[in-house]
Amino acid sequence: MDNLFAARSTMAISLAFHIIFACIGMTMPFLMVISNWLWIKRKDEIYLQLTKAWSKGVAIFFAIGAVSGTVLSFELGLLWPDFMKYAGAIIGMPFSWEGTAFFVEAICIGLFLYGWNRLNPYVHWISGLLVGISGVLSGIFVVCANAWMNAPAGFDWVNGKAININPVAAMFNPAWLSQSSHMIIAAFIATSFAVAGLHAILLLKNKNNLLHKRALIIALSFGSIFAILQPLSGDHSAKDVAKRQPIKLAAMEGHFITEKGAGLTIGGIPDIKTETTNFGIKIPKLLSFLAYGNFNAEVKGLSDFPKNNWPPILPVHFGFQIMVGIGFLLAFVGVLFWILFWKWKDKITVNWFLKLAAICTPLGFIAVEAGWIVTEVGRQPWIIYNIMKTLDAVTPVPYQVVHLILFLIVYLLLSIMAVWLMSRQIKVLDNFRDLKRS
Amino acid sequence: MLYVVIFFFLVSIYIYCLLGGADFGAGIIELGEKRKFKERTRHLVSDAMAPIWEANHMWLIIAVVILFNAFPLVYTTLLVSLSIPLILMLIGIILRGTAFTFRHYDAIKDSSQELYSKVFEYSSLIVPFFFGLVVGSIVSGNIVTNPSSFYEGYVNPWLNLFSISTGIFVASLFSFIASVFLTSEISDKSILNGFILKSKKSIVAAVAGGLLVFISSIIDNVHFSESFFGNYLSIGLMLIATACLPLLWKTLEKGSKWISRILVGAQLLFILGAFYIVYFPTLVIIRNGSSLTFYNSAAPEITINYLGWALIVGSLIIFPALFYLLRVFKTEKKSAAGKL
Repeated sequence: MDNLFAARSTMAISLAFHIIFACIGMTMPFLMVISNWLWIKRKDEIYLQLTKAWSKGVAIFFAIGAVSGTVLSFELGLLWPDFMKYAGAIIGMPFSWEGTAFFVEAICIGLFLYGWNRLNPYVHWISGLLVGISGVLSGIFVVCANAWMNAPAGFDWVNGKAININPVAAMFNPAWLSQSSHMIIAAFIATSFAVAGLHAILLLKNKNNLLHKRALIIALSFGSIFAILQPLSGDHSAKDVAKRQPIKLAAMEGHFITEKGAGLTIGGIPDIKTETTNFGIKIPKLLSFLAYGNFNAEVKGLSDFPKNNWPPILPVHFGFQIMVGIGFLLAFVGVLFWILFWKWKDKITVNWFLKLAAICTPLGFIAVEAGWIVTEVGRQPWIIYNIMKTLDAVTPVPYQVVHLILFLIVYLLLSIMAVWLMSRQIKVLDNFRDLKRS
Repeated sequence: MLYVVIFFFLVSIYIYCLLGGADFGAGIIELGEKRKFKERTRHLVSDAMAPIWEANHMWLIIAVVILFNAFPLVYTTLLVSLSIPLILMLIGIILRGTAFTFRHYDAIKDSSQELYSKVFEYSSLIVPFFFGLVVGSIVSGNIVTNPSSFYEGYVNPWLNLFSISTGIFVASLFSFIASVFLTSEISDKSILNGFILKSKKSIVAAVAGGLLVFISSIIDNVHFSESFFGNYLSIGLMLIATACLPLLWKTLEKGSKWISRILVGAQLLFILGAFYIVYFPTLVIIRNGSSLTFYNSAAPEITINYLGWALIVGSLIIFPALFYLLRVFKTEKKSAAGKL
């Protein structure tokens, strides 16, 4: 296995692993804060049990997220030292802000998880809220750094060096808002629907369990709002990409030939050899309209760009189609939830709806991973778009495949542990409630 | 502003060694505990560390971020030349944090507890060792920027007596810090003496480790011992740190928790200071005789300025929050934190 491929794979699995826990870490505090608030206000013990049950899961996911995040701060340099040599001074600022935000998060989660008996209930609640807020902030800051890789700003690249560095312009590059908002919303959706799905599955086994019912409603109320907003954020992001990285857009759409009044292809299988996308559903003129607000705008095709600068088309295209497909499905489920909840309130837990929620459990996370494939693979062969190629940034240290295998084993092990620990927590929770009732 | 950044970098390393070091040391002490007291010591360590370990380990991230933001060449040089021990250190960090959390939060307390404890304890030993190995390698003068072989570039920098000795020294130093902190967590007088004895044993280990560092620097021809003993400030700080020891035993026996903690914190400051004064402002020594310093590897002024301000504002938020966290969990007589 060649070093560049091994290095790319190591970075990919590290990011793909970490992002799941980062999403959970950003979202769960808000769900817990809602159920904690309902406990404080309504004095209904089920909300207290729910908050504590969620906290136990969160503690585990938070720890895994924290250590995998530590790994990433080193991997940046372990795998891409020639990138960091230049990028460090330019885009280091959002990382320093992220460090502060995450620090506050780590302190507050200590207060929230362990301070039940030591803190005033409102102070305790605020510490939970601060975990969420600082978590979201750190997510925004770190995505600013990634956005910079797609929309480099705040420096001039002269003779292979960066001069006239402006950290503020770098951090608040043209892509920062669309990327960070899209990610935060995605994190909220993925986690909420996963939590809702899990409780739906447990409800299917035990129809009258109030804890699971309330959990489902809190998670879906929260997640559905963002699921409905996400297509708008997606549109914002896509218009952004159309302007700044037209080749990425072309890959996303499987759009090979430059065209005025280009049609939108839903699905389809791109064929690199014939440079066509087959079997898709084509809606005429819609791509031009969505990308540029004009039904007859010109949308650049892949063939307009030198082939050696093409990203891998298949993963980018399929990733995009999967992400958007899931996005619309979850938006639909979100709308459905509000209609049903408005009509039936607590009676929403009918079997068919629970099954639908259960099916949605992994979808948000699949969309998150698909989306990251779109943006990261879609940026290749660049590590800094149009400035530095990934192959010029990779570490000179040989045997990167060993590095890859080591971390593959570690992440696999942690994934198995996370699932196993969750199943044990659920088992104990259900036994406890059964005991309580009998 | 460069001095602000340098200050925060050194402070982050210091606090990481103190608080993060205590966490690692606690695992080492657990590892070395006699079988009949294992359970008790494990509970003591869990209760002491659980609410604060995540925050303690943030200082490493802060130091790393300052490094790649303000001194990027240092960051990349170290991560290339020392990639092998750093990767192993990272794996240790992952295993340690997760094993500790799983031990606490596994809903079913069965035979898996023993597995979590073992993973936690052994990784608590290897991380400080690799951390010290990296620190020793930075100044051992074997780092090569254009290696002609795999061994020369990526093994030799750290596979030497001096670096290994530094690793051993750091592990024993962290055990010492942990033993003092743990002792100050104890409210039961009957087990107090056992822990004070542990702290005395670990200071002996730390002193031995330190001697090993000096001896190996002579054997390996690393320019350390002569500089250290030729520097009055270094010797002076070391003497003060040593003089604190009898004071420390007294405060531990009396049960003066906060004074003991502050004393060991001061000792660490003097010890680290004594060692680093020899090298300041050098960050990395390259084999060809050149070195990367704070001054010659600094990022452009504008980057340093923004980072400096970010650190100042950030510390105004973080330090009060951290003091609050420690106050909430470290100022009660009983060592059990409010568990779920």
